[in-house]
Amino acid sequence: MWEYTDKVKEFFLNPKNVGEIEDADAVGEVGSIACGDALKLYLKIEDGKIVDAKFKTFGCASAIASSSALTELIKGKTIEEARKITNKDIAEFLGGLPKAKMHCSVMGQQALEAAIKNYLGEEVEEKQLEGEIVCECFGVTDEEIRRAIKENDLKSVEDITYYTKAGGGCENCLPQLEEILAEVRKELEQAQEKKPKKLSNVQKMQKVLKVLEEEIRPALQRDGGDIELIDIEGDNVLVSLRGKCTRCPSSQLTLKDFVEKSLQEKVSPQLTVEEANE
Amino acid sequence: MNKVVYLDNNATTRVAPEVLEEILPFFSERYGNPSSMHSFGGEVGKEIKKAREKVAAILNCSPEEIIFTACGTESDNTAIFSALRSFPEKRHLITTKVEHPAILSLCKYLEKKLGYEVTYLGVNAQGELDLEELKASIRPDTAIISVMWANNETGVVFPIAEIAEIAKEKGVLFHTDAVQAVGKEEIDLSKLPVDMLSLSGHKLHAPKGVGALFVRKKTPFQPFMIGGHQERGRRAGTENTTGIIGLGKACELAANNFEEERTRVKALRDKLEQGLLKIPYTRLNGHKEKRLPNTCNVSFGYVEGEAILLLLNELGICASSGSACTSGSLEPSHVLRAMGVPFNYAHGSIRFSLSRYNSEEEIELVLKEMPRIIEKLRSISPFSPEEMEKELKQGKDNWGQCACH
Repeated sequence: MWEYTDKVKEFFLNPKNVGEIEDADAVGEVGSIACGDALKLYLKIEDGKIVDAKFKTFGCASAIASSSALTELIKGKTIEEARKITNKDIAEFLGGLPKAKMHCSVMGQQALEAAIKNYLGEEVEEKQLEGEIVCECFGVTDEEIRRAIKENDLKSVEDITYYTKAGGGCENCLPQLEEILAEVRKELEQAQEKKPKKLSNVQKMQKVLKVLEEEIRPALQRDGGDIELIDIEGDNVLVSLRGKCTRCPSSQLTLKDFVEKSLQEKVSPQLTVEEANE
Repeated sequence: MNKVVYLDNNATTRVAPEVLEEILPFFSERYGNPSSMHSFGGEVGKEIKKAREKVAAILNCSPEEIIFTACGTESDNTAIFSALRSFPEKRHLITTKVEHPAILSLCKYLEKKLGYEVTYLGVNAQGELDLEELKASIRPDTAIISVMWANNETGVVFPIAEIAEIAKEKGVLFHTDAVQAVGKEEIDLSKLPVDMLSLSGHKLHAPKGVGALFVRKKTPFQPFMIGGHQERGRRAGTENTTGIIGLGKACELAANNFEEERTRVKALRDKLEQGLLKIPYTRLNGHKEKRLPNTCNVSFGYVEGEAILLLLNELGICASSGSACTSGSLEPSHVLRAMGVPFNYAHGSIRFSLSRYNSEEEIELVLKEMPRIIEKLRSISPFSPEEMEKELKQGKDNWGQCACH
């Protein structure tokens, strides 16, 4: 017994937008009868906007519900907006899908992608050209698998099967899936490390204050000077020098070489420091 | 929810009211341990003895040859491991591709983790075995042959008498998983050289959590569960008294109802089957004659089984499917694949399995609702059966096969 949400049941028992559009501007077709599910998506597009969407689906309850959900999601959207829809959006629209059924939402997204390509006149390339087939049973390419891992933050081979079907047949490709997973996870982690951590404004302010109070001010005070934080505008820290610093000829050097450098190192490399015009 | 129309009796059955009545006192007043020295427990031991006799009666074997277990799976595992431990030098097993997971997954485990070699016998399109293939696959180091009596998905009955003779002639132990057959097929172990046989309580109106393994006298045996002296040291663990007594009663009832299963239940099944096969693009899975009297497995082409089941469920009708989506796997059932059921039909298989508690009205309800359900799903589908069958006839059936099959 699958744990389907009421919304999945509703969209399975009374699916919206079932049918064909005879003069469709775009058609996207994915899946096959051999694989157990297939979806044909029809779009009517006017001025770059999807004015109507219909579908026909062969498959289980969640495949039918996902297809119907997809059509509801894209109606009224521009092509650009529709392009941003991921399988996650489809699953969320339905209040979630059982993990083992996530591939139904992926099928929806793939049909949409195929339909948009069809509309834009981009050739719907043969799967083989978009990467190499990894899973022979279900004809899943490495590119599809990589994308599913990245977009859904998948962490196990089992998850890959749930989302893409790859590995769900003869299981011969499981070692290869393991390799791809390890590669992509590594890429994701490296990207995470490289990407400077984006601080919220509050975090930034707190950190700037902390560094000022604990390190910069004590150092300046030792020379009879001082500094006051006036404001932070984006990455620009506005300060005012006090005490001896105001009269010091090398005050600008202090500001850039010491204050700015300290803040860049300890808080965020994007920060700049300026003297406020009082 | 509507009244439940239960047509999934190969999955499990309702406990017969007579069985329930029989076992209730053993939950309350008569809770003694059959192994105790006092008569409070000893009296329960006597009831277990009676139950053992009743189970032996339906198989026509001796009560000492019955070991009570917790389920069909335990019986199967016990039989296989016993054979392997009795003949440690023998490293080969023979079974079929269509066994229940209780045997199939065990064999895969033995292959992958313990280094055994397993021959999986194939079946033809009707689900029948080739006995020549069996004969040819027997080796000097074959420890055991295990072939189910009747298939749970299709109901196809295997020629157990012939297989047992072949095994005997070659001096190989023979085990049969008769979980689906007891009470539906005639089983006379006084005539058949079967060495071990598994049965399960909840498939024949006893409670869940009890099974039995027949082990013929003088068959080498090694216990699976080690511990106390219960079951004469062959299966340790305090007896499931209510389950065992219920199984005894259920076997007695099954023997009494045997004729009804073979006549009235079969007639209902036939009526259901004939009606369903009138729906366009349907096919029967399994041999038309050599089949359990209660089982009907029909494929509805160009639709998907889980969707059918959920629409039936809305009407309170319970059935099963060999479709990929119902099992959580992505492939249709291993039984249908072994039979080579084409993909345009494999995903839409539905199994109805009846019991003596089903009525004519229930069958009529299914026959009334099913055409509407199939029509609805076909109207949602992008595939047109007419066009696809035409392509198939013209030999343009390149849409039907996955690379690995």
